Amino acid sequence: MKHADPVRKATAAIVGSGNIGTDLLYKLQRSAHIEPRWMIGVDPASEGLARARKLGVEASHEGVDWLLSQDEKPDIVFEATSAYVHRANAPRYRELGIKAVDLTPAAVGPAVVPPANLTAHLDEDNVNMITCGGQATIPMVYAVSRVVPVAYAEIVASVASVSAGPGTRANIDEFTRTTSRGIEEIGGARRGKAIIILNPADPPVIMRDTVFCAIPEDADREAIIASVKQVAEDVAAYVPGYRLRTEPQFDEPSAMNGGMARVAIFLEVEGAGDFLPPYAGNLDIMTAAATKVGEEFAKGMQA
Amino acid sequence: MSSVRTYTPSARGTYSDALDIRITDSSLRDGSHAKRHQFTGEDVRNIVGALDGAGVPVIEVTHGDGLGGSSFNYGFSKTPEQELIKIAVDTAKQAKIAFLMLPGLGVKDDIRAAHGNGGSVCRIATHCTEADISVQHFGLAREMGLETVGFLMMAHSTTPENLAKQARIMADAGCQCVYVVDSAGAMVMDDVTDRVAALVAELGDDAQVGFHGHENLGLGVGNSVAAVRAGALQIDGSTRRLGAGAGNTPVEAFAAVCQKMGIRTGVDVLKIIDAAEDVVRPVMDDECLLDRMSLMMGHAGVYSSFLKHAYRQAERYGVSGAQILLRAGERRLVGGQEDQLIDIALELAAESSQSQHAIIK
Repeated sequence: MKHADPVRKATAAIVGSGNIGTDLLYKLQRSAHIEPRWMIGVDPASEGLARARKLGVEASHEGVDWLLSQDEKPDIVFEATSAYVHRANAPRYRELGIKAVDLTPAAVGPAVVPPANLTAHLDEDNVNMITCGGQATIPMVYAVSRVVPVAYAEIVASVASVSAGPGTRANIDEFTRTTSRGIEEIGGARRGKAIIILNPADPPVIMRDTVFCAIPEDADREAIIASVKQVAEDVAAYVPGYRLRTEPQFDEPSAMNGGMARVAIFLEVEGAGDFLPPYAGNLDIMTAAATKVGEEFAKGMQA
Repeated sequence: MSSVRTYTPSARGTYSDALDIRITDSSLRDGSHAKRHQFTGEDVRNIVGALDGAGVPVIEVTHGDGLGGSSFNYGFSKTPEQELIKIAVDTAKQAKIAFLMLPGLGVKDDIRAAHGNGGSVCRIATHCTEADISVQHFGLAREMGLETVGFLMMAHSTTPENLAKQARIMADAGCQCVYVVDSAGAMVMDDVTDRVAALVAELGDDAQVGFHGHENLGLGVGNSVAAVRAGALQIDGSTRRLGAGAGNTPVEAFAAVCQKMGIRTGVDVLKIIDAAEDVVRPVMDDECLLDRMSLMMGHAGVYSSFLKHAYRQAERYGVSGAQILLRAGERRLVGGQEDQLIDIALELAAESSQSQHAIIK
């Protein structure tokens, strides 16, 4: 690794030439810290590869074998294939000292949510981007749990049907389980629950997320509001369409609330519309967060 | 008693040699909404005992929003649903106990637990255009030897042709009976006939077709009869309408109608009439009524389970519950988006404070 030149961007390859990989390419091309050099697919007829070539990126349909046989290797690989493929590729990246940002559900490395735990994992060689719902909501659970103990947090992610791909649909339990675990381990809630709703309305609806946190009855509400707004700003710095819909709402304990006091946080995530349509905030937040993670890796390499 | 007609089954035949159709009572599942999920073990024991005694062949017991529904978003259960399922199984002498699950909310482990507690009919519900998220759950349920039912919710909101395609996805995944679910109580008889007929034509002998009706337009029984005529072999209802929105198709009335039409349901009409009055009604906080709010749901095509939540948010934020429901219809919310009712209430409150501000100016 050439660490001497501070202005040199880290080089990157995107593995997976589908919609996610393509949207990621647009974002990385704007990055001050990363230079996307390669786009890798497995289908010679891939539209993603053709588009990448037009954007000035070297594209190959000969898969990771081709990428790793080149003399020059990328500093960072962004994997937008499938969990199965990434599990096979991850050890090869590691052997070659290539950092991996994994957008699949493979979970080879620790899950990262930038405002909550990214700095703790900058030394890892492989990090996972968890789920779209997790990227959107775990920052808010973290925002509350750093102020007061959160015994239980629950998130509801509503996304446009057309933005949920076949992988998500075929294994929707994986979304709920992975996100629930992230709410606990990264968000800091003692117990987490995740719910995902697919809404087929046409025109498609923008991603909406609601975060409910159980809080102590005597919680400092002003401190919670301030923390929530701060973290929302932190996320919006790398996901411009991330916003609070309203002020956080506080409710006293009731039977319907399981006897718990709670705060409810309402979010909307509009995509940047780089390649994916703006309603697909759920996909945008994945590529935007991956870009953010890659940039922090790159800064570490430059330092 | 007036004379009983002779029933000629549809071309789809009969449910079994003994029954022309099979009724599933959902008062302990859809009725959970009306009770704001506060059923006790005693409530379940009493109602299951009475319905089982009246010959109801299947009784569904779960949180109103299915397994795992106990939550901030839908309301926490007073008694854990798995406990209620176990009580129901222990109480029933002849009835099968069914449970509901919604992929995206419940998970496979919830199905395993319900199976472990003796539930024997697994009902899996998706929005009517999203059947493919249920494939893994049907697979698991069949592997475990559970009887399976698929629920295509908000079925009024898509065409009969689309609905039939979605039903095919469920049937191919292992679903043995696909229901046309009128979650919003928004269908009139022709809507039901067209949809049930489309599913019967698509599924043939691969799976049965069912119908789940609500009373939001006062058509629960009429729509269910239309469904049977079009070839549905399974019909849902709730004794005393104990359900969501204006309530579900009243089982006691539907059983009486079926008896007059010569349709064999296996339900003892006099016993279910008594059960409705003497056992189910005392458990209810209020009757399920066709009032302004629930009629609004049928009229605007809004998910019936939103009713109590709309009342709650209207009260909390000092806005009109009917306006909340109308806007839910405009936003085309689907089942499960109860959180968005809070967002709508806040939006209405902000608009009303703005207009008040304008008046003061």
